[in-house]
Amino acid sequence: MATKPLILAVVLQLLPLLCNSFSPESPTNRRVLVLLDDVAVKSSHSFFFKSLQSRGYQLEFKLADDPSVGLQRYGRYLYDVLILFCPSVERFKGAIDPAAILDFVDSGHDLIVAADTNASDFIREIATECGVDFDEDPSAMVIDHTSYAVSDTEGDHTLIASDDFVKSDVILGSKDIAPVIFKGIAHTLNPANRLVLKALSASPSAYSANPKSKLSNPPALTGSDISLVSVVQVRNNARILITGSLKMFSNRFFRSGVQKVGSSSKYKKSGNEQFLAELSKWVLHERGHLKAVNVRHHKVGEGDEPALYRINDELEYSVEIYEWSGRSWEPYVANDVQVQFYMMSPYVLKTLSSDKKGLYSTAFKVPDVYGVFQFKIEYERLGYTSLSLSRQIPVRPYRHNEYERFIPAAYPYYGAAFSTMAGFFIFTVVHLYNK
Amino acid sequence: MAADLKPAWKSSDLMPFKYLKRKVKLKSKQQELLIRVSILFLVYVLAFIARLFSVLRYESMIHEFDPYFNYRTTLFLTQKGFYEFWNWFDSESWYPLGRIIGGTLYPGLMVTAALIYWTLRFFRFAVHIREVCVLTAPFFASNTTLVAYFFGKEIWDSGAGLVAAALIAICPGYISRSVAGSYDNEGVAIFALLLTFYLFVKAVNTGSLAWALASAFSYFYMVSAWGGYVFIINLIPLYVLVLLITGRYSLRLYVAYNCMYILGMLLAMQIRFVGFQHVQSGEHMAAMGVFFLMQVFYFLDWVKHQLNDPKLFQAFLRIAVTCTVGVGAVALGVGTASGYISPWTGRFYSLLDPTYAKDHIPIIASVSEHQPTAWSSFMFDFHILLLLFPAGLYFCFKRLSDATIFIVMYGLTSMYFAGVMVRLILVATPAVCLISAIAVSATIKNLTLLLRTKNKVSQSGSTKATSGAKASSKASLVQSQPFQGNVVIALLVGAFYLLSRYATHCTWVTSEAYSSPSIVLAARGAHGNRVIFDDYREAYFWLRQNTPSDAKVMSWWDYGYQITAMGNRTVIVDNNTWNNTHIATVGRAMSSYEDEAFEIMRSLDVDYVLVVFGGVTGYSSDDINK
Repeated sequence: MATKPLILAVVLQLLPLLCNSFSPESPTNRRVLVLLDDVAVKSSHSFFFKSLQSRGYQLEFKLADDPSVGLQRYGRYLYDVLILFCPSVERFKGAIDPAAILDFVDSGHDLIVAADTNASDFIREIATECGVDFDEDPSAMVIDHTSYAVSDTEGDHTLIASDDFVKSDVILGSKDIAPVIFKGIAHTLNPANRLVLKALSASPSAYSANPKSKLSNPPALTGSDISLVSVVQVRNNARILITGSLKMFSNRFFRSGVQKVGSSSKYKKSGNEQFLAELSKWVLHERGHLKAVNVRHHKVGEGDEPALYRINDELEYSVEIYEWSGRSWEPYVANDVQVQFYMMSPYVLKTLSSDKKGLYSTAFKVPDVYGVFQFKIEYERLGYTSLSLSRQIPVRPYRHNEYERFIPAAYPYYGAAFSTMAGFFIFTVVHLYNK
Repeated sequence: MAADLKPAWKSSDLMPFKYLKRKVKLKSKQQELLIRVSILFLVYVLAFIARLFSVLRYESMIHEFDPYFNYRTTLFLTQKGFYEFWNWFDSESWYPLGRIIGGTLYPGLMVTAALIYWTLRFFRFAVHIREVCVLTAPFFASNTTLVAYFFGKEIWDSGAGLVAAALIAICPGYISRSVAGSYDNEGVAIFALLLTFYLFVKAVNTGSLAWALASAFSYFYMVSAWGGYVFIINLIPLYVLVLLITGRYSLRLYVAYNCMYILGMLLAMQIRFVGFQHVQSGEHMAAMGVFFLMQVFYFLDWVKHQLNDPKLFQAFLRIAVTCTVGVGAVALGVGTASGYISPWTGRFYSLLDPTYAKDHIPIIASVSEHQPTAWSSFMFDFHILLLLFPAGLYFCFKRLSDATIFIVMYGLTSMYFAGVMVRLILVATPAVCLISAIAVSATIKNLTLLLRTKNKVSQSGSTKATSGAKASSKASLVQSQPFQGNVVIALLVGAFYLLSRYATHCTWVTSEAYSSPSIVLAARGAHGNRVIFDDYREAYFWLRQNTPSDAKVMSWWDYGYQITAMGNRTVIVDNNTWNNTHIATVGRAMSSYEDEAFEIMRSLDVDYVLVVFGGVTGYSSDDINK
């Protein structure tokens, strides 16, 4: 009998946790599962984890070979974000395999993957599915003889300092970032995948090879084709971060100073902390997440939304667009949002005017073509979630009584018809009674 | 003037029959009327119940493809009223183009069914509109038998009329399009077609404005019901032209044709789908040309009357004819060149030249019912009528009149068209039935006449003397031969045997071939048990219940009407093949590789694809076979 209050108490305690979960109303994710190869990573990378915790995330650390680990229970996901800091794991003991992870992403959850030298096939498979191919040579690393980070200990130029960031304030914030130091493996983007992009690119002189052995063949991956950190925003707006270096998250890299070889400017602290914090803000939907609500359209002068329009109607269209700031929805201000009135091809393409409070509106005339049209907004901007709204609306032709009843040009014909009728009548009368 | 031109032989040749009939049946006129009416009534009922096989075998349901569209529009008409129907813009078919239903259909069928429905509702019969739709075609087939009777009576005699009614009631060529559930335009259109012809022939025979007016209204109904009205508007001018050439021009013809053409044209323009075609389309120009020719004839007659000088008139005639033909040709040329008169459509060309469609419009040639007819299907649909048809033509030529000329022309032209296109067997059926009925009726009448005259010849010589040249010569011929009575009886028995074979054949064809709804398939299992495949309807109900209400379903166009009617989902293309490009796009998506097809389907916003696969059950007309 005493179990019931206990369960109630547990549920009550869990309630805030449940309420914090991901939802369209507050898209920031809260529950994070971190899978590790080694418990030591928890402490050696604690700065990164702490920065997440300080932003309000509940981190749950599990070892990759923990048999109890699972992403979902009873058809519901237990986590909103998955961080794979387990580059060498071949197979999970729990209910996690590449398909489960991809399903996790397909249902709108975010993923952070860090690989390292000797990355397992498991990690490679996930990366391939996300549009990123790691170098096939398991012992290869990114080597750069012209823009390596000056270091006391290492001499094989695998510790790279790169400041070739993606140029987007949405993804990386507006502040300048010091060069980021990187030590790990290279990957390239799949050219067929249009969703993946390089957040941090290697310099043109970089290449991927085994630093321990002599280079016998020209390296397969060279120059700025090599991506060091890539991000993907998939079609359902889930976001993925993939990098070839687990070390760049480490406390040591966060703390170390950086000096690019040949550069006089020496930074006291590497850009890793700032770069990864900003990037994780983007990946975890604290920035660049838009929503469009209250799509309205109606005839000019009327308030209600009609079931269909007539050709040549004048109509007004409006939509509200907001951006998630991490805590609340703020009006999104831009001047490049366009609406299409679309049937196989856009018949009307208009830029919406914004009132700076999130409301975008325009007015236009329905074209003189009937059919099933769509109001379409396809808003895709770098870093922002893509907005794809379509609202179907049929456009009908005139009804039989909506044409002009009497056309001025036809008056001669009306006159002719009636005069003929009158003439025939008179003729009949005269012919019949005038004998 | 008209009386002068009326053929003189008619009265003399018609005389013996009428006289005989009156003589034989005068005493029992009441009796004869009773028999006639009861035969007609039985035929009327027979025509209806012969078409109910499918209802008994399956259930009261709409068949095939097009009827589903007609059913859906009728439902809309009864629910929303006529004006909504008239202005209906349907966004569920031909996505994303949409279709103006009110302006692109022949509303006659739907309005007819709705009127029947409203009438029944008015008398408090709580029927469902589906039942009305299912039974509309049999009902009109019954009415057609009445028209056939009157038509036969008009061109020959009431005996031929009765036979015609009986023949057409069960003729498979007609049943194929008018079984219960076959809710298609043809069901009412054949009635309207025959009625128009009958009323026009009646108008020509009587020269009465009233009959011509009735014919014009009947033509209006035909125009509102079926695109086949083009046959009427070309056959009647052709008939008039033939009468003019053979010197049978009369004031009766003038009145009948002018009234029918002008009023029929004006009325037909009220149908939105037809619109101004009567004055703008090449297919209707023959009627207009003959109309003008008629006026020229009348004018020339008048001039001839005024001039009283054959030489002067000859000169005038030459000038007048040259001028008329010249003006007509120039008008036609200018009209065609300026695009005012549209050229003939592909279907029309393919009628005149059967190979045209195959070369130019593959979509017309691809439809199975547009294929040239095989001999076997003639035999299948007409059976003994095919043999009786030439015999009937012989009788018609023996007793040529305005009416028989009409039926001969109708028979010959429609037989040609039936040979070009399978589906036009339907149009030929009434003519074949009527002409065969003349053959049957005349033969049997002659044979029974022989029997009677043989019996009576000993009684009185006066009968023989008045029984006309033909009968008497035959009688005297037969009289000289032995066993003539037996021969006559044998011939009669033979004729009735043939007719009974015809009845058996018709029943068998109706029950086996023409009563399957084609949406529900029936097959015999290995042990003779009946297997019903109701997969189509299950699929459509699945769509209806499991897809979002604005989902777009792509399928091959055969299934478009059924998906919209039963599945209530938007389709990309349907059986109304008005936009070949759209159909071609879908066909391409269906036949190309997945990645290419995906792009096409994305551009058409397709959510679901319906594919029919018959590999498991051995259903041959699936999508792979298209």
